[in-house]
Amino acid sequence: MLLNTYTDSLDFNALTQWIDQALSSVMPAWGVVLTECILIGLCLLLGYALIALALIYIERKVCAFFQCRLGPNRVGPYGTVQSIADMVKMLIKELITIDRVDRFLFNLAPYIVIISSVLAFGCLPFAKGLEVLDFNVGIFFLMAVSSIGVVGILLAGWSSNNKYSLIGAMRSGAQMISYELSIGLSLMTMVVLAGTMQLSEIVERQADCWFLFSGHIPAVIAFLVYLVAGTAETNRGPFDLPEADSELTAGYHTEYSGMHFGFFYLAEYLNLFIVSAVAATMFLGGWMPLHIAGWDGFNAVMDYIPSLVWFLIKVGVIIFVIMWFKWTFPRLRIDQLLKLEWKYLLPINLLNLLLMVIIVVTGLHF
Amino acid sequence: MSAFKEYIGSFFKGLTSLLKGMRVTIRVFFRKKTTEQYPENRATLQMFDRFRGELIMPHNENNEHKCVACGICQMNCPNGSIRVESETVTDEEGKKKRVLKRYIYDIGSCLYCQLCVRSCPHGAITFDTKFEHAVFTREKLVRQLNHEGSTLEKK
Repeated sequence: MLLNTYTDSLDFNALTQWIDQALSSVMPAWGVVLTECILIGLCLLLGYALIALALIYIERKVCAFFQCRLGPNRVGPYGTVQSIADMVKMLIKELITIDRVDRFLFNLAPYIVIISSVLAFGCLPFAKGLEVLDFNVGIFFLMAVSSIGVVGILLAGWSSNNKYSLIGAMRSGAQMISYELSIGLSLMTMVVLAGTMQLSEIVERQADCWFLFSGHIPAVIAFLVYLVAGTAETNRGPFDLPEADSELTAGYHTEYSGMHFGFFYLAEYLNLFIVSAVAATMFLGGWMPLHIAGWDGFNAVMDYIPSLVWFLIKVGVIIFVIMWFKWTFPRLRIDQLLKLEWKYLLPINLLNLLLMVIIVVTGLHF
Repeated sequence: MSAFKEYIGSFFKGLTSLLKGMRVTIRVFFRKKTTEQYPENRATLQMFDRFRGELIMPHNENNEHKCVACGICQMNCPNGSIRVESETVTDEEGKKKRVLKRYIYDIGSCLYCQLCVRSCPHGAITFDTKFEHAVFTREKLVRQLNHEGSTLEKK
């Protein structure tokens, strides 16, 4: 097994164990748990905010390059401080109280959206030994919590007392519930291949060969379906009907201002990251380095790259592909959107699942 | 059966057209960017030839222009931005001739319609691509286009 030979050059297990021991020596057990929970929460939220800021900058740059522009280039070197400046602006803006809205639900909605994406974010295996929530139904839990977001979006649309918000939220609901099926079935195809739902186990089973290659035909089909459904799930173009700027001004978050809008914005970009991270974990081996059986020298070189870097590279590639979709394809109509899901992706997915089961049962995978 | 064939066909047709679109955009992604970073690239800035920045009267190396002071440009100017001041001189053969004294152009009221350049029978005036015209007083916007001591180019 290559698994045993792979030692991460940036090992997080040692770090977390050291913190645990250092804390145990100075405080009782409950204190250790409490302190560790707070530390983990802080790290997660910090990582969440930093990734969102980085993604907003990357999105603007990639968008600009697709349109033959340079993008943000004035604030800081190459415009890198731009999204921090935007964040500061958003933090100091007023939270406007809208007349005749359902005050409680209106204020609750952005928190539901952001909590669902933070919960999903916490499940991701970032690197070897760097995973907050790891239990036997990991991928199932991740999908379940990331679906809570649609409740927040529906609430935001419903409580805003605005027709555009309501239409946007209804579209979003129809879209997310439809595409949830495709995401679930394509991930289920990979779970059949992996034989487990635990994310750390799924990653470790890909030590020799990533699932995209070991599952060959059905895995590739599932990957493509997942990419399409994942793009739809994050409400990104060409599936950005919920916030179709030209028709609905901004869809479900039309009435939000200040940091409440900021929460929707952050969650949108973090969902992009989560969808890409799940794709990287399920299909491209998560934080596992690229190993080719027999090429020992090559494998050794690949092992020198830390697992966190591997993970971020894979996620980055998938994020780029999803951004590439966004800046290539025009927005779909709602009927086209539902037709694509129910008439094409769903039958393909069901057949693909069957194919994967046959392949796993007959042992035709690598 | 044909409906099923159409269903399968439409799927692959859609897929290829999507891939075609993605090929186009990825080429644009790696193309040279068209953004001009204006104040920084002032030295190397290339304006396109047809840009109308300001009206000029080209002079050759002997300080000669082509303007015969006919005043057609002045008549054609919709805003009255051009004033052609001429004087009549008698040359050595005793012929009376109209020559240009001063060609006054007010860039402040010019609307860059190019009617003056088009109507000029001798091609004496043209538009330049210089566009940095900010000054502090309106008087500075009024310019004399013919150079000091310039004469009409001999045919």
